Amino acid sequence: MLKDHAKIIHAIAASDEIVGRKKLQKMIYIAKKINYPFHEKFAFHFYGPYSEELTLRIEELCNMGFLNEIKEKKGGYYQYRYTLTESGTEFLELNKVNMPHLKDCLVDMNGQSARFLELVSTVLYFEDLPKEEVKEKIFTLKSKQRYTEEEINQAYYYIDTLNTKAAILS
Amino acid sequence: MSYATEKLTEEKVFKDPVHRYIHVKDRLIWDLIGTKEFQRLRRIKQLGTTFLTFHGAEHSRFNHSLGVYEIVRRIVDDVFKGRPEWNDDDRLLTLCAALLHDLGHGPFSHSFEKVFGLDHENFTKKIILSNTEVNQVLRRVSDNFPKRVEEVIAKTSKNKLVVSLISSQIDADRMDYLQRDAYFTGVSYGHFDMERILRVMRPREDQVVIKQSGMHAVEDYIMSRYQMYWQVYFHPVTRSAEVILTKILHRAKALYEEAYQFKQAPAHFYSLFKGEITVDDYIHLDESIVLYYFQMWQWEEDEILSDLAQRFLDRHLFKYVEFDPAKEYKKLSELSILFLKAGIDPEYYLVVDSSSDLPYDFYRPGEEEERLPIHLLSKNGEVRELSRESSIVDAISGKRRTDHKLYYPANLLHDEGQHKEIKKQIRKLLDIE
Repeated sequence: MLKDHAKIIHAIAASDEIVGRKKLQKMIYIAKKINYPFHEKFAFHFYGPYSEELTLRIEELCNMGFLNEIKEKKGGYYQYRYTLTESGTEFLELNKVNMPHLKDCLVDMNGQSARFLELVSTVLYFEDLPKEEVKEKIFTLKSKQRYTEEEINQAYYYIDTLNTKAAILS
Repeated sequence: MSYATEKLTEEKVFKDPVHRYIHVKDRLIWDLIGTKEFQRLRRIKQLGTTFLTFHGAEHSRFNHSLGVYEIVRRIVDDVFKGRPEWNDDDRLLTLCAALLHDLGHGPFSHSFEKVFGLDHENFTKKIILSNTEVNQVLRRVSDNFPKRVEEVIAKTSKNKLVVSLISSQIDADRMDYLQRDAYFTGVSYGHFDMERILRVMRPREDQVVIKQSGMHAVEDYIMSRYQMYWQVYFHPVTRSAEVILTKILHRAKALYEEAYQFKQAPAHFYSLFKGEITVDDYIHLDESIVLYYFQMWQWEEDEILSDLAQRFLDRHLFKYVEFDPAKEYKKLSELSILFLKAGIDPEYYLVVDSSSDLPYDFYRPGEEEERLPIHLLSKNGEVRELSRESSIVDAISGKRRTDHKLYYPANLLHDEGQHKEIKKQIRKLLDIE
């Protein structure tokens, strides 16, 4: 009963504040890929894995008054800032979520750039492919981002770190 | 002559109620249609539980897949052929992706995906890439052809033009299902001038664009999409059937996990319950199998499973009231407690269901949205986003409509044999006295 809504509120509460829709999308996707039970469905889009369901859920939570969305102008574009409202905190009290130590993983991800999380989530999206093919995918599908080999290696390393963190903590 | 270019000695046609005829001349396409994985789509309904609301909606994913193929065939053979921006070497790749785009759909996909954490796109990929008849046929073109087809369907291909034909805000998939679903449900919405849209489609480097003169046909398409979503796809009765179906699966899974002894062992579900489903298991699961188990589960000892299965088969669905989660979530907690007191498990009998649709949206430069817009091509070759030209589309762009309903078993709440006072309280809270 509104469990999936509660999980998203829990994730944002655990992160304190998430700046940027892209970042939010990638954080939830990565959390899902390291086995936290988020049920939003993701498909591959311009910026890597993206979930229409998650976009909708966030909109709903803002309309319900559980999330606070602040739209701010940032150079040539708008950026969105998400935090929990008091009603959101109250809702979470009534709908407790048990995702042990998710907070540690989310706080870590929140400290990374959206650009890097886009790379990490793209690597995870193609995780079944050999590393060389993943690199080729990133160089062709994400040519505009100009990711380097070194960044891709860092993404792999970061995934290992997160997996270890999630495994050790849970 | 290579397999990729081999034609049938005589063109084959399938009679189709939406496109009149579906034409097949390529040996490869004919062979793909004959594979067991593609034939399986005959046993999966396009609209899942909608037939319980609109009795005509018994059409299958097989019908729809052929329809999408036919639309794409008309685009590449009749409209794009010979245009400098179109590479005819992509023709077969595009046709195969169109034909196979729904290959991984399972029975009642939406509910199965939700309960068992499946992903039909992932199964489409697996069926195309693993040792299946479809894979064997595709490999006759070349070793990497299955992968190329899969990448187009998964939208991870670098060929954005081909991807946009199969998957975008105005693609062959949507154009077929809107018309087909309108035809089989019998509703008067969902119709638009597809012939006109096809005639004004033009290939560009990274997507299909529409000639400015076709703008009104596109407006009509977007409006018919809007109406179909709210009149057919999100019909509250269909959603009630889907709620019950989902709960049957949840219950069966929960019972399995409790080591419950089923009278009829659900052998076809074991790998799903364990989360270890293989491509082979998946291919063998179709709606006939699922409905067989529902028949059997009517006679199970477990009252919840038996009741839910009967409800689904006999169409004794849940009733519903409008629900506003923001204002009423506390009421929901209250109702859950009362349901428990009345001996009705709220986990299975009190369900919030939400539907939401965004009829058209566009990517604003610099924003973090991810929807590829529809572009209009003016006479001077300039390309402009649709909502900047059409005030009708502008009026609905980015406007999402959401609907929440709370489903409950009316008959149980009106049966005052037990817990009379509590049920009265529940009915009062639901405002159904």
